[in-house]
Amino acid sequence: MMLKNKNNKSQSNWWKSGGPWIWLNAGAVALSVLGVIALIGLIAVKGLMAFWPNDIVQFQYTSTDRQESRRIIGEFVRSEELPVARLKSAGIELHSDAVDVTRHLVKVGNRDVYGEDFMLILEPWIESRSKPDELLTIERQEWGDQYGYLLSVSENGKVVASGAEAWPVFLQRVERAHEIRESIEDIQSGRVNEINYALEELRLTERKLKLENALTPEKVANLTAQRETLKAEYRKLQQKIGSLYQQMNRDSYTIEVMDSRHHSESVAQVIRAYKPNTLNWFEKLGLYFAKVWEFISEEPREANTEGGVFPAIFGTVLMVILMSIVVTPLGVIAAIYMREYATQGWITRTIRIAVNNLAGVPAIVYGVFGLGFFVYFIGGTIDQLFFEAALPSPTYGTGGILWASLTLALLTLPVVIVATEEGLSRIPRNVREGSYALGATKAETLWRTVLPMATPAMMTGLILAIARAAGEVAPLMLVGVVKLAPELPIDGNFPFLHLDRKFMHLGFHIYDVGFQSPNVEAARPLVFATSFLLILIILVLNLAAVKIRNNLREKYRALES
Amino acid sequence: MESTPTLSNKNRQRLWRSLKDRIARYCVGVGGISVIIAIVLIFFYLLWVVLPLFEDPALTAKTDYPVASLNPAPAAKSLYLAVDETGTLGVRYTSAGNVEFFSVSSGEPHALLELPLGSGTITSFSPINPADNSFAVGTSDGRVLIGRHDFEATFANGERTLQPVLKYPVSNTPLVLDEAGQAITAVAARFDDNSVVIAGVLADGDVKIARFGLQENFLTGQTTLAREAQWTLVEHLGNEPPTHVMIDPFQKWLYVAGDSGNLLFFHLTASGPQLIERVDLTHGEEQLTALRFLIGGTSLLAGTSAGSIGQWFPVRQSPNHFSLTNVRTFDAAASAILDIAPEHRRKGFIATTAGGQIGIYHTTSNQVLLTRQISGEPVGRVAISARGNTVLTQSGDTIHLWAVDNDHPEISWSALWGQVWYESYSEPRYIWQSSAATSDFEPKFSLMPLVFGTLKAAFYAMLFAVPLAVMGAIYTAYFMAPALRRMVKPTIEIMAGLPTVIIGFLGGLWLAPLIEKHLTGILLIIMALPLAMLAFGYLWHKLPQALRRSIPPGWHMVVLIPVIVLVVWGMYTLGTPIEAALFGGNLPQWLSNQAGIPFDQRNSLVIGIAMGFAVIPIIFTIAEDAVFEVPKHLSYGSLALGATPWQSMMRVVLPTASPGIFSALMIGLGRAVGETMIVLMATGNTPVMTMNIFEGLRTLSANIAVEMPEAEVGSSHYRILFLTALVLFAFTFILNTIAEIVRQRLRNKYSNL
Repeated sequence: MMLKNKNNKSQSNWWKSGGPWIWLNAGAVALSVLGVIALIGLIAVKGLMAFWPNDIVQFQYTSTDRQESRRIIGEFVRSEELPVARLKSAGIELHSDAVDVTRHLVKVGNRDVYGEDFMLILEPWIESRSKPDELLTIERQEWGDQYGYLLSVSENGKVVASGAEAWPVFLQRVERAHEIRESIEDIQSGRVNEINYALEELRLTERKLKLENALTPEKVANLTAQRETLKAEYRKLQQKIGSLYQQMNRDSYTIEVMDSRHHSESVAQVIRAYKPNTLNWFEKLGLYFAKVWEFISEEPREANTEGGVFPAIFGTVLMVILMSIVVTPLGVIAAIYMREYATQGWITRTIRIAVNNLAGVPAIVYGVFGLGFFVYFIGGTIDQLFFEAALPSPTYGTGGILWASLTLALLTLPVVIVATEEGLSRIPRNVREGSYALGATKAETLWRTVLPMATPAMMTGLILAIARAAGEVAPLMLVGVVKLAPELPIDGNFPFLHLDRKFMHLGFHIYDVGFQSPNVEAARPLVFATSFLLILIILVLNLAAVKIRNNLREKYRALES
Repeated sequence: MESTPTLSNKNRQRLWRSLKDRIARYCVGVGGISVIIAIVLIFFYLLWVVLPLFEDPALTAKTDYPVASLNPAPAAKSLYLAVDETGTLGVRYTSAGNVEFFSVSSGEPHALLELPLGSGTITSFSPINPADNSFAVGTSDGRVLIGRHDFEATFANGERTLQPVLKYPVSNTPLVLDEAGQAITAVAARFDDNSVVIAGVLADGDVKIARFGLQENFLTGQTTLAREAQWTLVEHLGNEPPTHVMIDPFQKWLYVAGDSGNLLFFHLTASGPQLIERVDLTHGEEQLTALRFLIGGTSLLAGTSAGSIGQWFPVRQSPNHFSLTNVRTFDAAASAILDIAPEHRRKGFIATTAGGQIGIYHTTSNQVLLTRQISGEPVGRVAISARGNTVLTQSGDTIHLWAVDNDHPEISWSALWGQVWYESYSEPRYIWQSSAATSDFEPKFSLMPLVFGTLKAAFYAMLFAVPLAVMGAIYTAYFMAPALRRMVKPTIEIMAGLPTVIIGFLGGLWLAPLIEKHLTGILLIIMALPLAMLAFGYLWHKLPQALRRSIPPGWHMVVLIPVIVLVVWGMYTLGTPIEAALFGGNLPQWLSNQAGIPFDQRNSLVIGIAMGFAVIPIIFTIAEDAVFEVPKHLSYGSLALGATPWQSMMRVVLPTASPGIFSALMIGLGRAVGETMIVLMATGNTPVMTMNIFEGLRTLSANIAVEMPEAEVGSSHYRILFLTALVLFAFTFILNTIAEIVRQRLRNKYSNL
């Protein structure tokens, strides 16, 4: 009896003391933390797994609607439990009592042969499974991956190796084709690109002269002569490229795909070929890193769903650098003015609140401003004044890396101002007073004493600004980011840095590939990988900012004591 | 000897230093102020782009001249006036059967073309479609001619000259409507690639309708015309002779009206016209004085002798029943409406009156944009150019030329924020539909669905984020062990820097399909988690002291992590059998079929969770700071008086920190309202207005991202998108300002404590 009473009492006490609430609050934190970890973990795992060379599985498969047994060769991408009822409502009869059924997504590749490169496979219908050593994964320039058995290799249509000998010969021929492709690319990105650029410059010069009414017959002759020499060289190069292409496409290979069809293709299409089922762990790791390197150093292929993201990395980095060049001096000067020179009254306070609040204004609003003001207004005016020859096709009157950088500079200006101001306000007064006491002017005190001490704060602001800019996508969509930029903003043609060019961006790449691409399933691993890359960059930047800020605080604590 | 130069050196140096100081002061001042001005510029630039939307139109008199003619015969009446697209040549159809072209700027005759009317004379005229200059003419011998005037541009000596021509798309000779040869007093016609319908009021007061089939010979390319059917309306007509007859572009509706405003509304079926209803276009004693189609041919504009103009169109009452409905009426003019000229590319029109007034109207925005007394005489004819910037009026024998500056007539306060009755809709609605494939499309610029979508997304995000963030902040700041806090706080804060494009991508491509497949499991998790936390807390409380002591105070959270993981996993697995048992294995389908709740894959639940995650770190950080910065002696005092930790939290700490938490919520809300990428990727972007959590939405910000790249610079659409940006700007700026002011007050309060 006593015990029960006590129990009751403690129970009601527990409720009254607010114990449940504390547990709920603890649960909220736990949930938030778990959410963060799960989110980053999910992206990390999926992003990192994107490049792992999986085994290829071969199995016999009999679906109830088709009855006959089929051979399927592919890579298991993911599996899920599905209620049988849901299948039934989709018209698939399973004839089983189970509630759940496992459904696999299998990548069967060979998009050019089957039309689709993914299949949904139900576990109960799989009959036998094996992983034959001879199965090949071939990564291709076009049409995605290919799985199957290598039958033979041909040269000019004549079989030179078949059966077991085919594999070493195949690797050798692929290597040869790679070398030729590289020399083609060298010519194309080198001299051909230069000639095209020069021809366009000549066209603009001619138009400009015409607009100025200064196009004399000698000048026309001169321009035409220049053009003809360039065109002659261009034709020669084209011939050379043509013959190289012929050489590259000399060899072909024949492969047997899962429905026993034979499929022949030029060896030049092959990027990489391997037999994943024979690879050991270390070999796979080597392949993995090769693929990761390809991802960060190569250009995208197949509507961005394959290949690398190098132009996007390049565009993001260049844009952020340009933005930093603009935002740092402006932000620092504004902060110095507000903290050191302006009289601290209600006006300064209002401005401070306003600047603070601008950090909370939606990014898309800056995008709208950038489009209207920078692109159409300033860019349009620049085109009228300086690039009349190129009109009606706009030079600066359309989105480009310069306008994107300026828009983001405006967006991140409050971040730099606030951080710098905070740094300036943290500097103890006695430091300043000491400087004045020694006879220094205000400018000298600022330049020699205050600013050096505030540098870490400015660095923090700048890093936070960069982290924000690197992840911001919405405004960029309006001011110059594109899904596929034909040229990088920096190249070998004078003036080397082309601020008017459009550019690619990691964040926009994620949006575009994930949502605008025709083959989302094939692109998914790449989107995760790109996300992971972006998160990594931003986390590192943020952590650096936190680290600098903490060091800074400790430094001043030491100064004050 | 040597000290003097040193002194002057020093002086010079001092001067130089103070000069440098002044230069620095000046430079920093100018730099700082200009940066601040640049920031203010954002607001004013947006405003500058938006303001023209609300400017009143302007009508400027250019010149006037007497009507001149190339026809030597006595002056004929003007039946119809038109202007070419660029506003250089005017066109006047006269009662003499001539089409006279004249210079718009001087009135000088340019060319005279004659209509091939044969033996008949012109007795009635009606424009078919002002946008392609097509017209129908009724003759004194019962025939109807369909034609259109056009301008062929020729370039001679680098100058562009317009050569007027007449074309006959149906037949070079008039079509016979009445075999008896009675004069046609009112005419209407419509034609397309397959058929021609003509209708006319005959001298005896009957109305005749004829349908012709058009067949193209594949070999010669010639079209042949075959009379298919003809009808008369004699059994429907009353005593009053009809004066107006109209056919819609799809040859579906026929309207016949008399001067008293009584209108007969027919459905033109294959077997003949069927009377749908009789409608009185005027009210009471008024007379019908002008009847025209708005561009597109759906709406009728009926002008009355009292000066009002009513817009009427067939409204679907039930699947097969239409009723001609008076959608809106403009009561701006004081005297009888004599002529109405619809604009060629917008749903606006210009009307002139017997009292010498002109009025510019727009139907969608329900606005009388301008009325002006322009003449002492009745203004009988008015014409507007395709670009809408040149207007001709004729009063008496004088033609006036006007320049109109009317860029954004479709925008008004009511068009943006109110319910608007759009053409072909059965009731006034809030609709956002900014563009379509056809040129006579009525743009629908109601901001309500977008604002609603924005607030709905923010609401569900806050519903998810606020409890987690605020409760988490309370625990972290007040109950958590300091060592743990140092790890937890940065972890959650890291989330704030996470690019939203990644959260959006996960929401759209990972979470949305997951929720669709495991809806029951997800809902179970949401319900079971708090219960499980409470249950676990209770069990923990029941555990023997010794076991409880093994976890130091402030580490509850760590114990809860496995519990949460277990509950999530358990409910997720349990979801499928429960769904199979209760909802036939497919809850989304069950919802839409059985419960009548539509389900989209990318819905507001996804937005709530995804955007909630983006908002949590922001609210958490500020709220946590607010609670943590409450002076410790307050809670110590409360604890010393015997309050439990929770009681001192609720009664002492929270009230003190509540302004800070409020400002955290404001800033979180501001972020949720303006967030673009998450909503762009994780919703279907359909501008619907429903509170249903399982349907999508479209927010202001996503709308800008979707439509801005396609908007034509300077168009109404472009400026409205700027307006929405301005609305977003103002809204978030105000929210943040409130938050900031509250926070500063709080900081002052703490320093006083």
